[in-house]
Amino acid sequence: MDIALALCALAPFVAAALMPVIHRAFGNLSGWIAALVPLATFVLLWQVMPAVADGGEVRGALDWGPLHDLSLAFRLDGLSLTFALAIAGIGTFILVYSGNYLAGHVHKGRFLSFMLMFMGAMQGLVLSDNLVALYVFWELTSVTSFLLIGFDASRVIARRAAVQALVVTGIGGLALLAAGILLQRISGGWEIGALQSIAGHTAYPLVLALVLLAAFTKSAQFPFHFWLPNAMEAPTPVSAYLHSATMVQAGVYLLARFSPVLGGTAAWTGLLVVFGAVTLLWGGLMALKQTDLKQMLAQTTIASLGLLVLLIGVGTELAVTAAMLYFVAHALYKAALFLVAGALDHETGTRDITVLGGLRDSMTVTFIAAILAAVSMIGLPPILGYFAKEEMYAALPPDGWQAVVLVAMVLGNALLGGVALAVMIRPFLGGTRPLPKKPHEAPIAMLLGPVIFGAVAAVPAFAPEWFGEHFVLPAASAAYGHAIHHHLELRIDASSLLFWLSMATWVIGGLAYWRLDAIRTVLRRTERWSLDRGFDVVMFGLIRTSAAVTRLLHHGRLELYLVVVFAMLAVAAIVPLTLLGGLPRLPSVPNLHFYEWGVVALALIGVGTVVVARNRLFAVLALGIQGLAVALIYMLFGAPDLSFTQFMVEVLSVVILALVMSRLNLDAGDTRPFEDFARDGGVALACGIALTTLLFAVLGGQLDPRLSEFFNANSVPMAHGHNVVNVILVDFRGLDTLGEISVVMTAGIAVLALIRGAKRRHT
Amino acid sequence: MSTLIFRTIAPLLVAVMLVFSVFITLRGHNEPGGGFIGGLIAASAIAILGMATGATATRKSLRADPLSFAGFGVALAAFAGLLSLPFELPFLTGLWTQVFGADVSTPMIFDIGVYLTVFGTISAVALGLEDEEAD
Repeated sequence: MDIALALCALAPFVAAALMPVIHRAFGNLSGWIAALVPLATFVLLWQVMPAVADGGEVRGALDWGPLHDLSLAFRLDGLSLTFALAIAGIGTFILVYSGNYLAGHVHKGRFLSFMLMFMGAMQGLVLSDNLVALYVFWELTSVTSFLLIGFDASRVIARRAAVQALVVTGIGGLALLAAGILLQRISGGWEIGALQSIAGHTAYPLVLALVLLAAFTKSAQFPFHFWLPNAMEAPTPVSAYLHSATMVQAGVYLLARFSPVLGGTAAWTGLLVVFGAVTLLWGGLMALKQTDLKQMLAQTTIASLGLLVLLIGVGTELAVTAAMLYFVAHALYKAALFLVAGALDHETGTRDITVLGGLRDSMTVTFIAAILAAVSMIGLPPILGYFAKEEMYAALPPDGWQAVVLVAMVLGNALLGGVALAVMIRPFLGGTRPLPKKPHEAPIAMLLGPVIFGAVAAVPAFAPEWFGEHFVLPAASAAYGHAIHHHLELRIDASSLLFWLSMATWVIGGLAYWRLDAIRTVLRRTERWSLDRGFDVVMFGLIRTSAAVTRLLHHGRLELYLVVVFAMLAVAAIVPLTLLGGLPRLPSVPNLHFYEWGVVALALIGVGTVVVARNRLFAVLALGIQGLAVALIYMLFGAPDLSFTQFMVEVLSVVILALVMSRLNLDAGDTRPFEDFARDGGVALACGIALTTLLFAVLGGQLDPRLSEFFNANSVPMAHGHNVVNVILVDFRGLDTLGEISVVMTAGIAVLALIRGAKRRHT
Repeated sequence: MSTLIFRTIAPLLVAVMLVFSVFITLRGHNEPGGGFIGGLIAASAIAILGMATGATATRKSLRADPLSFAGFGVALAAFAGLLSLPFELPFLTGLWTQVFGADVSTPMIFDIGVYLTVFGTISAVALGLEDEEAD
C-alpha cells in the first residue's frame, strides 16, 4: 500500500507531463482520459476506506533527504481520506467537464496538464505526514493555481488575479514554512502525526499566529478574502474545483489537521470564531450584491469557508463533526453549482442573473442538477446540507457568547439560502428572454458532474448511519484528536430548538431572495473602498519603493560601480584582519635564483607599463605581459596545470579586451582628470595592499593538510589518475565542476545577450 | 589583422591547435592538461580563425552555433554523472572500463563535457565580438 499511497500524490504529476502528448493523440477524448487518473485514485482510496473507518491508518514513505531526516511520508487517516476522496471524486468529473468546456481551445492539453498538477499537489497536501512535504505541496497548490487562474494569460485581468492569488497565498505559504520549522524545533521531528499539543509552550502564540495566517490567506478569510472572487477569471471548471474540494479547503484542512496540536485554547477558539463569523456574514452579504452567477457563488464560498473555520474554532465534538459534514456537503453542492453556472455560460453566452431566465425547458437536466445542489445549499431535508446545518446548530448551546455565534450562523446560512434560491430560480423560471446564444442542453460530459454530485448529496438520506461511520466520524475524530462516537440520523422534531432555528434560516433566506433586487441596490451604494483596491495600492507602493532603491544603487555609472566594488574588496580584506589582530609581520626577503628575480621583474615591468601607458592597446598588452609573468612563476614553483591555464587565459583576455576596445570606439589614449586619477589610483593601491596583506596572513597561518593528503594518497588508487588537479576537477569535486561549467555557459549567454543588445541599440 | 601571411598561416595554425587541444584534454588525467585548458586552446584557435576569415565564415565552418557546443557540453557532463545511477551508485561516481584495450571512464566523458562547454562559451563570446567588428 505504501507505494500506492505515494502514487495518489505523484501520479497526477506524471500524467500532467504526458497530457500534452495524449491530447495531441486523442483530441476530444483527452478530458475523459485525464479523468482516469483521479478515478483510479478514488477507487484505490475507496478500497482502504473500511480499514480507515475502523480507526486505522495507512502509511507510506519514499526516501527524500535521509541525511536530514526527511522523507516523503504519507499517512491516510480519516481526515485525509475524506479530503482525498473529495479531491479525487470531484476532480474526476471536473476533468471530464473540462474536456468539453474547453473543446477546441488551442491550449486544452496544457490546461488539463495544469489541472492534473494541481490535483497532485492537493492530494499530496492532504496525505503528507511530514511538515516539509506539507509545505512543499502547499506551495505547489499556490503555484499551480496561479497557472490556472492566469490560464487566459492574454487578458490583463486574469494576469492580475493570478498574481494577486499567488502573492496572498504565498505570504501564507511562508508563514506555514516558519510554523513548520518552529514545530520541528519544539517537537524534535518533522512527522505531523507525532505532534502533541503545544498549548502551554512559550512559542505557542507565534506558531498559532503563523498557522492562522497560512490558513486564513489560503481559505480567503476576512481580511484576506479579496483574492478569491478575482480568481473567477479562471475557466469555470477551475473555479468549481478551487472552490469545492481544493485550494481554499487547504486552509480548512490545515486548521482541522492542527487543531489537536494548537486547539482547545481561548486564543484558538476566539480567533477562529470571530474571523469565521465575520467572514461568514461578509461573504453572504457580498454574494447578494452580485449579478454574475460565478461571482455570487464565489462570495458564498467565502461565507462557507468562514462557517467551517468558525466550527473548527468552536472545536467541540459536535462542532467538528458538523464541520466535516459541512465540508462534504459544501464540496458537492458548490462544485455542482459552479458547473451549472459554467454550462449556462457555455450554452447561453451569459452568466448575468438579471439577463438569464426561462431556461427550464431548453436546459432541463441542468435545471434538475441546479435544484439538487441548491436544495443541499439551503439545507432542506433530507439532503446532506440539512444534516450539516442541524449538526452545526446542535453544536452550540444557546447561552452566553455561543448564542451570539448561533445567531450569526443562522443569519449566514439564511443569506446562503437566499443566494441558492436565486441561483436555482432566476435562470430557469420566468419567461424566456433574448440571450446572446440560442440556448440548448449542455453535452453529457458537462451534465455528468453536476447531476452525480447532486445525487451523491442525497445518499445520506437513505443511509445516514453508513455515511456517518465511513466519512464523517473518522474525519471528525482525526480533527478532534479523540474518537468520536455519534450517530447520524434524520430527525425532524418540531418541539426542539433546532427545528425552529432551521425554520428561521429558511424564512430569512426566503425573505432575502424575495427582496433580492432591493438588497442589491442598497449594498451597491456602499461600493467606495475595498481591500481589493488596497492590494493594488500596496503593490504599487512596493514597486515604487523598489524602483527608488534601484535608482539609488543602480545608477548606471560603470566607473562608480568599479570603485565601490574594489573599495569594498579592500575594506573586506583589511578591516577584519586589523580588528581581530591577524595582521601578519613583514616577511623576510626570499632567497631566489637570478632567473626567478627576472620573472618578478618582468611582472613589475608589466604592471608599471600599464600605469604609465598613454595608449590603451599598449596598456592591455602590458597587462598581458604581467599575467604571463605570473604564469611563469606558477611554472617555476610546481603548478604546471595552473600555469598552463593562466597562459591561455591571459592570451584570450588580451584578445577579447582588444576586440572590445576596438568595438567601443574609445579614444586611443586614456586621459583622466587628476581627481579621477587620484581616486582610481588610491583604490587600486588599497586593493593591492589589502590583498597582499591577506595573502601573507594566509601563508603565515597553519594550513590544514588533511584534504591535500587525502587527494594525493587516493588520486591513483581511487580515481586512476596521476594528475591530482585534474582528478579533483573531474572526479573528487565533479559536482562543483558541473556547477562551474553551468555558470560558464550561463555567463556566455549573458555576454552574448549584452553584445547583441548593444548592437541593436547601435543600429 | 588580415594580412596575407596571417590569412595563409591561420588555418594551419588552427588545425594544429585543435588537434593539440584534444591531445591536452585526453592526457589531462595523468599529466598537465584537461578539459578546461583544452577548451581554452580550442577557443583561441576559433578566435584566430575568426580574425583571419571573418566571424561568419568561421561560424559556418563550425556547423553549429558555438553556444550549442556549450549546452551540449553541460548536458554531456551531467549525463556522465547519471551513468552511475543504474549501478545504484551516487550521482557522479566514476566508472571505469576498457574498450578495445583503451581505458574509458565516466570522468573522461565528464572532462569532454567540460572541454565542449569552455570551448563553446569562449568561442561564442569571441565570435560575437568579432561580428561587431565587421559592421
